[in-house]
Amino acid sequence: MRRALILAWTEVLHVVRDRATLAQVLLIPFIQLLILANAATFEIRDTPLYVVDQDHTSASRGLVTRFAASGDFGIVGASPSPELANERLLSGDVTMVLTIPHDFERELVRNHAATVQLVVNAEKGMAAGIVQFYASRILTRYAEELAPEIGVGASPSIGVEAAPRRGTPQLDVRTRAWYNPTLDYRHYMVPGILVALVTLIGTLLTAQNIAREKELGTLEQLNVTPITRGQFITGKLLPFWVLGMFELAGGLALGRFVFGVPILGSPVLLFAVSAVYLIAALGIGLWISTIVETQQQAMFVTFFIMMIYLLMSGLFTPIDSMPKWVQIVAELNPVRHFVAISRAVLVKGATLREIEQPFLILAVFAAAVFTLAVRQYSKRAA
Amino acid sequence: MSAFAGLLRKEWLHILRDRRTLFVVIFMPIVQVILFGYAIRTDIWAIRLAIVDPSPDASTLEIRNRFSGSDVFELVRILPSAGPLDRLFAAGDIQEAVVFDADFANRLARGLPARVLVVVDASEPNSGSAMESYAIGVIQGYQRDIALRSGGVQIFPEVRMRFNPTRASSNLFVPGLIAFVLTIISALMTAISLTREKETGTMEILLVSPLKPLEIIVGKVLAYVVIGFVSVLLVVAEARLIFSVPLRGSLLLLLAEGLLYILTSLSLGILISSRTSSQRVAMIGALAGTMLPTILLSGFIFPIESMPWPLRLISNVVPAKWFVLIARGVMLKGVGLEYLWHETLILLGMTLLLVAAATRSFKIRLA
Repeated sequence: MRRALILAWTEVLHVVRDRATLAQVLLIPFIQLLILANAATFEIRDTPLYVVDQDHTSASRGLVTRFAASGDFGIVGASPSPELANERLLSGDVTMVLTIPHDFERELVRNHAATVQLVVNAEKGMAAGIVQFYASRILTRYAEELAPEIGVGASPSIGVEAAPRRGTPQLDVRTRAWYNPTLDYRHYMVPGILVALVTLIGTLLTAQNIAREKELGTLEQLNVTPITRGQFITGKLLPFWVLGMFELAGGLALGRFVFGVPILGSPVLLFAVSAVYLIAALGIGLWISTIVETQQQAMFVTFFIMMIYLLMSGLFTPIDSMPKWVQIVAELNPVRHFVAISRAVLVKGATLREIEQPFLILAVFAAAVFTLAVRQYSKRAA
Repeated sequence: MSAFAGLLRKEWLHILRDRRTLFVVIFMPIVQVILFGYAIRTDIWAIRLAIVDPSPDASTLEIRNRFSGSDVFELVRILPSAGPLDRLFAAGDIQEAVVFDADFANRLARGLPARVLVVVDASEPNSGSAMESYAIGVIQGYQRDIALRSGGVQIFPEVRMRFNPTRASSNLFVPGLIAFVLTIISALMTAISLTREKETGTMEILLVSPLKPLEIIVGKVLAYVVIGFVSVLLVVAEARLIFSVPLRGSLLLLLAEGLLYILTSLSLGILISSRTSSQRVAMIGALAGTMLPTILLSGFIFPIESMPWPLRLISNVVPAKWFVLIARGVMLKGVGLEYLWHETLILLGMTLLLVAAATRSFKIRLA
């Protein structure tokens, strides 16, 4: 153990002496956290809208006013010309074009029904759906408002039960958002981003570090010293494990005090899970370092594997939206389980009993990857 | 054979010999397109829905049918009371619930406001608000129809979805993916390979050779330009064949803009390598300076217009943002330079600036 500690200490000295690396590993995760937590949102506000009003009546102007006042849209231009609207749509500074045909008011008065055209830039699929919904909502409300003005009184009674009706049927729809009543996206993202950063840095540095020893030929020198493989690996990984835990703690503090992320569950539990999880992440790094020869390869292979892990972790997009077979494959992804655990503990206040299953999967994964990496390493070096 | 040709040959051999890196560089974009096409979906479908209907009658039944008939919802439970909802939400069996008031139909018939409550699991706020709006949309559709039947007023929206009628998210991601792939290949590989020459001391040997500094740089990066190009072609072809992502504009324009963007990324890589002498520092630097901004601030995954203003401001100096706009314009909208000249000019300006800075810093380091 003493030998392992000495080796660990030399590693620490290496990093501490290399000012650039030190600054990078200490600063970058936190800067990333600040940027990511604010960047990662799909919220839609102030959709740029272009209005083509060919009616110019009080009814059409009223509709435009409703769009302007809704807060969901910002009117960036208006003209009676569809060609101009189309150009603005193509150049990308307009997301929706509302066209009010020239007989809009007449139709409303005569038939109590009229049509408007909405042309949506649907490049961003989900956003387009929500924009369409916002627009329909405004149209429905406006139609309700118009009903008394246009003089829709008693409607023809249908069937036998002639009940006196006042105006049109009304629905009163209320909504409630559970688990995140303020719909603050950052509370949800910060735990996940933290996991991603700690994973990426831990895995990358481990893989790169041992690959560097290979590249420079110093690994050979270590092999002829009396240090055992177990001691060597412990000494190599310990500093990065400590670094990972440290970054997690720092990131949590940042999330708590800067973004007001609730910590509803027990931080001790989260750190216990992290300790196990980091072994898995570093184990992956170690395994990568056994199959590569140079630092460049170490980096690219790490990126390749991490990219798949991160994209399939439910960090950016819900796993629920993925096809069934992908969801099954995602069960093998340690990042995914750790993201789920940290979100459950922090946002929903889960206890050990609720996270038992993913925690077990993580522990098994960590043990398996680590064993595999160590065995692979011994074979390579022998 | 001139010294320059020799350097070119050496670089090619290096790259071709390094099977593992080559494998990752060629294979990564292909895997990414598949992942983004199949696994990464921002569109929401099959929302697990429970309906609480204490006193069923014609009107609630009709709304129920509208929900079960839509492909967005998967009606998993119909309950007589709201009691079990807590448990169902906690277990994740349902993501959304629509709760009718006990006297819903009665009040609706009398023309009084009839109450419906929509509850969503908002632990993931984005899908939370989307699920909420889909449900309200269904209920409002019903409301419009009964308004029409009872002689109310109605305004029909005729909706056209332009540029991406199926609203497939792969159409949105692929142009961004091209930017991402080019960034990795050009910026990262350049930064690492130049730094490696320094770390192993071979840069010194190159410097005392008759090669000019510019020739050294060009010789080192030319191979990566070619690899970047091949990757772009692969990604575009694969996106077309597997996910039928359109290429409505001109391929030539896309490749020319791609070349411009490759130059931008290369200069960034050279700039990073000139400031560091260890591969580790170059690696993390390239990660923070090129790759992460490309993923986060280019509009590749997250819409820039939703970000707070400081980030919107910062995104303007991320070259990838402009390239993503251009690639989407060419691929999805099928527009040409007449609409994209503005973005192209910005990218061109950035490229010139970065090339100048990179060459200069490289020379200074050598002196």
